Amino acid sequence: MIQAIAFYFFATIVVGAAVMTIMSKNPVHSVLWLIMAFFNAAGLMVLVGAEFIAMLLVIVYVGAVAVLFLFVVMMLDIDFAAMRAGFSRNAPLGLAVAAVLLAELLLAAGAYSAGGIQLGTPDGSAVQAVEVSNIEALGALLYGRYILLFEIAGIILLVAMIGAIVLTFQAPKPGARARQDVDKQTRRRPEDATVMKNPEIGQGVDL
Amino acid sequence: MTAFFQSLGLSYEWAWSIATVAAIVIVALLVMFSVAMVIYVDRKVIGAVSMRRGPNVVGPFGLLQSFADGLKVFLQETIIPTAANKGIFLLAPIITFTVALAAWAVIPFWDGGVIANINVGLLYILAISSLSVYGVVMSGWASNSKYPFFSAMRAAAQMISYEVSIGFVLVCVVLFAGTFNMSGIVYAQQGFGLGVINAYVVHPLLFPMWVVFFISSLAETARAPFDLTEAESELVAGYQTEYSSMSFALFWLGEYANILLMCSLNTLLFWGGWLPPIDWAPLYLVPGIVWFLLKTFMFFLMFSWIWATVPRYRYDQLMRLGWKVFLPMSLLFVAATSGWLMATGHFDRAPAFVPDPAAVPPAFVDTTPAQPEAARAKS
Repeated sequence: MIQAIAFYFFATIVVGAAVMTIMSKNPVHSVLWLIMAFFNAAGLMVLVGAEFIAMLLVIVYVGAVAVLFLFVVMMLDIDFAAMRAGFSRNAPLGLAVAAVLLAELLLAAGAYSAGGIQLGTPDGSAVQAVEVSNIEALGALLYGRYILLFEIAGIILLVAMIGAIVLTFQAPKPGARARQDVDKQTRRRPEDATVMKNPEIGQGVDL
Repeated sequence: MTAFFQSLGLSYEWAWSIATVAAIVIVALLVMFSVAMVIYVDRKVIGAVSMRRGPNVVGPFGLLQSFADGLKVFLQETIIPTAANKGIFLLAPIITFTVALAAWAVIPFWDGGVIANINVGLLYILAISSLSVYGVVMSGWASNSKYPFFSAMRAAAQMISYEVSIGFVLVCVVLFAGTFNMSGIVYAQQGFGLGVINAYVVHPLLFPMWVVFFISSLAETARAPFDLTEAESELVAGYQTEYSSMSFALFWLGEYANILLMCSLNTLLFWGGWLPPIDWAPLYLVPGIVWFLLKTFMFFLMFSWIWATVPRYRYDQLMRLGWKVFLPMSLLFVAATSGWLMATGHFDRAPAFVPDPAAVPPAFVDTTPAQPEAARAKS
């Protein structure tokens, strides 16, 4: 009963927020609706018992990716009229994408109602559901059977990160302001920076 | 508490729902009351440090000052700027406040004194605290005013930066405890230091991590010396410049609820939570919640002491500390901790800390264990 209420609650909000994401006129509102959809999708994950995935969804997508997204969208200077002017030109492409997505949805629904596929294991035995928590099950798979793939993925991400840094790094130009040396700044004492002078009246200070 | 409502003749599901709602209300009210008292303490400490009396007019020793302020704020007019984005402008303080309260769901106040004893408790806190940035960013944007917007940008960058190093610090703790469950982490600290001290912080690998965590929690809650989001000399009052009345008060309460949450996380993750400092039988006669509150209060005093003492950081210094000092350091310590634990055979000894169900007193709100067989079969 409560599970059903919770499911329909989260599901309605996900669908509603997804619709509002594409319907709302202000891009910032769109991003906020998208975040709403993410968050409620995490609620659905909790309902099916995948609490680890749910938390990761919130931490990674809501907490990091969507914040950066919001960040960028908030600072965009968009001319809404110019944006809508392209509507009729892009409509056929959009309709084509929509048709493909709809067909896929129908296919997926049809396949689902036809019955689940039998997942095979190398020795031919059926997949067993085990009574361990999400984290342990995922950890055992990621750091056990798929350790090589997992580490390759990690290396690829590291390379991508280094690539982004290399592309945006600018060596300080000669003649530009010196870079900050924090240790030097904190070591600086009043005696190094100031001089006490006691000039005679009408004498001025010799620097 | 579920059992109590079940004894009134309700079915398990309804008894559970009512018990949960009751527990949420109790915890929320108590957190709000603590926030009011803690604001008073904060002002008293600041007063003492700057050789003033602090609040001393309303009630005995000024104890009712926060309630008087609350009443005043409640009676003020709510002003919404005409250029503001009205919906988001009003939603932002609500989000800040709700998120600050929601994180308390997994905090164990004493052995079993927790609303939701879920096994991803620590991740839940990370998830919820990563949401708190939205209240600030939305308020800054919706105010349609440049200083709040600058403040929101600063807050977003600051919170994301420090969440990264907090995440790695938590990995170290989780490696030692072998669980994400908050109660499990506290159980694992029993007799941790030489068999007598109930705290993780005594370990040479975890003490530096605690220092990083403590400083990061100052930055995460935008407390001095990292209160650049509210740097009044640069940004008026930061993201809350355009807010008035209750919408301002919600930010204020949410901020202090977050500070208390961070203090209690310091307590739970590094200082033994509800356990007495030393694993000695007579000390267990003192109820666990007393130890928990004492430790949390100690951390709050450190927060206000730092506020009163340390000058504000510059923004580039803040970013440097987060990304160039804390991040490499915590990464190094994650590697060192896991290496140390592998070398000493920690993972062979304790696969994962699982408290014996019979030994654990029933939770504040019983979750699955008390569920009758029939209901379990149905779900």
